Amino acid sequence: MLNGIPLSWYLIVAGALFCVGLYGTLARKNAIAVLMSVELMLNAVNINLIAFWRYITPGTSMGLAFTAFVFVVAAAEAAVGLALIISVYRSTQSVDPEMLDRMKL
Amino acid sequence: MFAEAVTEIPPYLTTLLWLAPVPLFISFALIALGFNKSRPLTTATAMIAVLLSCLMSFIVFFNVAGNHELGQAPVRSMFSWLATGDTALKIGVVADPLNAGFMFMVPLACTLIFLYSTNYMAADPRYTRFMGYLSLFAGSMMGLVMSDNLLTLFVFWELMGFCSYSLIGFFYNKPSAYNAAVKAFMTTRVGDMLLILGMVYLYATTGTLNFFDILHNKETLEHLNTMPALFGLSAAGAIGLLIFGGTVGKSAQFPLHVWLPDAMEGPTPVSAMIHAAAMVSAGILLTLRFFPLFQITGEGSGAFQVVAVIGAITALMGATIAVAQYDIKRVLAYSTISQLGFMVAIIGVGGYIPAAFHLLTHAFFKALLFLGSGSVIHGVEHGHHHLHGHKEHGSSGAEGHATHDEHDTQHSEEFDPQDMRNMGGLAKKMPITFWTFVIGGFALAGFPFITAGFWSKDEIFAEAYHGFTHGVPMAGIVFVILVLSALMTAFYTMRQISMTFLGEPRTEAAAHASENKWPMTVPLIVLAFFAIFAGFINIPSDFPIFGSLMGGNAHWFGHFLEGGLVEEVTKLEFNAVPVFFSLAVALGGLFLGWFAYGRKPLKAGEADPTQAFLSRIKLPTLTDGVLDLFTFLNRRWLFDEFYRKYFINPLQDFADWYSKAIDKGVIDFILEAGYLAGTEVANAFKWFDRNVITGISDKIGDVVRDIGDGGRELQSGQVQNYLLSGLITAGAILVFFLVIFQ
Repeated sequence: MLNGIPLSWYLIVAGALFCVGLYGTLARKNAIAVLMSVELMLNAVNINLIAFWRYITPGTSMGLAFTAFVFVVAAAEAAVGLALIISVYRSTQSVDPEMLDRMKL
Repeated sequence: MFAEAVTEIPPYLTTLLWLAPVPLFISFALIALGFNKSRPLTTATAMIAVLLSCLMSFIVFFNVAGNHELGQAPVRSMFSWLATGDTALKIGVVADPLNAGFMFMVPLACTLIFLYSTNYMAADPRYTRFMGYLSLFAGSMMGLVMSDNLLTLFVFWELMGFCSYSLIGFFYNKPSAYNAAVKAFMTTRVGDMLLILGMVYLYATTGTLNFFDILHNKETLEHLNTMPALFGLSAAGAIGLLIFGGTVGKSAQFPLHVWLPDAMEGPTPVSAMIHAAAMVSAGILLTLRFFPLFQITGEGSGAFQVVAVIGAITALMGATIAVAQYDIKRVLAYSTISQLGFMVAIIGVGGYIPAAFHLLTHAFFKALLFLGSGSVIHGVEHGHHHLHGHKEHGSSGAEGHATHDEHDTQHSEEFDPQDMRNMGGLAKKMPITFWTFVIGGFALAGFPFITAGFWSKDEIFAEAYHGFTHGVPMAGIVFVILVLSALMTAFYTMRQISMTFLGEPRTEAAAHASENKWPMTVPLIVLAFFAIFAGFINIPSDFPIFGSLMGGNAHWFGHFLEGGLVEEVTKLEFNAVPVFFSLAVALGGLFLGWFAYGRKPLKAGEADPTQAFLSRIKLPTLTDGVLDLFTFLNRRWLFDEFYRKYFINPLQDFADWYSKAIDKGVIDFILEAGYLAGTEVANAFKWFDRNVITGISDKIGDVVRDIGDGGRELQSGQVQNYLLSGLITAGAILVFFLVIFQ
């Protein structure tokens, strides 16, 4: 119990954030919004990582290290994702994921 | 005469032994595979091959000849061929005293026959094929001579059987040639069957087929002799007789001699090949090879007696038939049968050396006589064609016609160039042929002292007489029969010479005959040389005058051969009785022949005195009622009719009956029933297939397709749908592991 705030509160916040992100990913009609929702889910995971590190294994730096990795991956993913979306937009004049069904066999 | 006792044997001899037959096989392959497009190329290939073979075997011969230790230490080389389990069948080559003589005679005769054929067959459209077969034939004979075991010997033996079949039936569009080929093949097959049985028996009892291991091993021989077999014979005797069965077929002994005269249907060089250099010699060589098997059974044993009886019957029968033939080649054919009978009969009384000696000398003079008769036929045919060309075409185009033998088919009804009644007076037209033929004929008749035939025949008489005076009654019978046969031999030889060459030509064709070119006359001259001098290799040392003339070389061949046997052969003392008979029958027969034919030669249309004389005697026959003796002899003791009536026809009837009753009646019925039953079973299976198997497999296909159709719905291409299904799957897995799996 740090500063009187229990671990579960952090986890509830993280869970809520993840659900918001998940909803956004599945439901938004804008590819950029989908990308942002993905970022939300990643940040929910980061909160979890930090919370568990701080409350359960404060002696090691594993949690910090992983969080840093997730940041890096998220940044890279955002860059690649935005580039893809721009590319898609150039060819279809749309960023609606539902219009992009060319992966169908 | 020859280098005395060469003890050092050069190591390259075994290589030469292996290589000697090879050029001929290569020649056959080359001719068969493409050289047959060109006649000069074929001629060159065949001649070079035969000369190479000849050279190699001559080198071997001159290195081993006269080496008295050769019998105990033959030049041999072998390798394992068929490994079966822990035993291996070894095959190889050998040069020992017995086959050394053949290494001289066979390639020499082959070379001469090849040379002769290049001219004799030159006009034939299938000349190249002929030379190819001839190469294979000669190569097989060489291989057979060099073989050191019964297995390879048998392989070459059968190869020769095939070659003789192909060559006897060379003019295959002529039915008689085709039939003769089949007859030769089938008849010798009977003997070969016995030979195979003998070979199997031998291998079963001794575990090897190598000549040296069996026949130079006294223990093996004794062991074979103590082992009982059928009919009171020992295993040695039984194996010997079975192998002798092969000889009966191949060397045309009674009762399987019928193929040899018909083999005259082949071109004449083939006849020379079969009668002198190859086929029939191979048969006698085989029996001589296995002589130790007979020898161990003891003098006058059952096995020996069978051989003696068959030989004696053959000798007498051949001689009597030859007296009443008109066809120049047929006379020679029966004389071959008769002479082979001499050899076999004398083997039957233990005469190993006389048989081998007579085989060699006979090969030379019989090859000579056959090539001589071919020359005569060629000449008469030419004369005939000469006339024909002028009459029919009015041109000089005597060249470019088909060969004599084929020509014979076209004109056989009007003119037979092989019939001696159509000849006469050829001595002046064809002097070289005449003189060489006389030399060959006199050698065959056994003209005293200056011909090879006299010395070998004299040796045969001496051996038989010696056997008779030393308590083998069979030898006495053999002696009498052989003396009678020799008398007839001299008679029919003189009859043949007189009818062919003396007097005036009896037909226009004979009047226009001419001498042949050098490739045909040179072989005659070379063979005539050997027909005279081949006898001097084995003159008995105690023969008056000649024995002392020969000095240390007397009985050279005999001493050389003796080395090849484990057991001693009896030494013959000089005896005046057989020599007297030998002289009397040779000179007497020749005189009789001269008296009947030579004194005043037949004129055209005049009856044959032999026919006139013999026709008075009538005798009943098994097949054709009562015939006169001449017809009986002329139709060859009616053997063909006898075989047709008592063997071939019943067999054919049986085959017909079998075809109707068993094949069509029983076997076809069973097949029909099987067919119907099979159809029913198949129908049942068809129903099962349609309804059960097809149903199941169709169902499986449907289900799989439905699943696929359903699954395709998921593939919407919508990223978010994919994500959702991923989520649901992950949720399901989570539920499974957390709730159910727990």
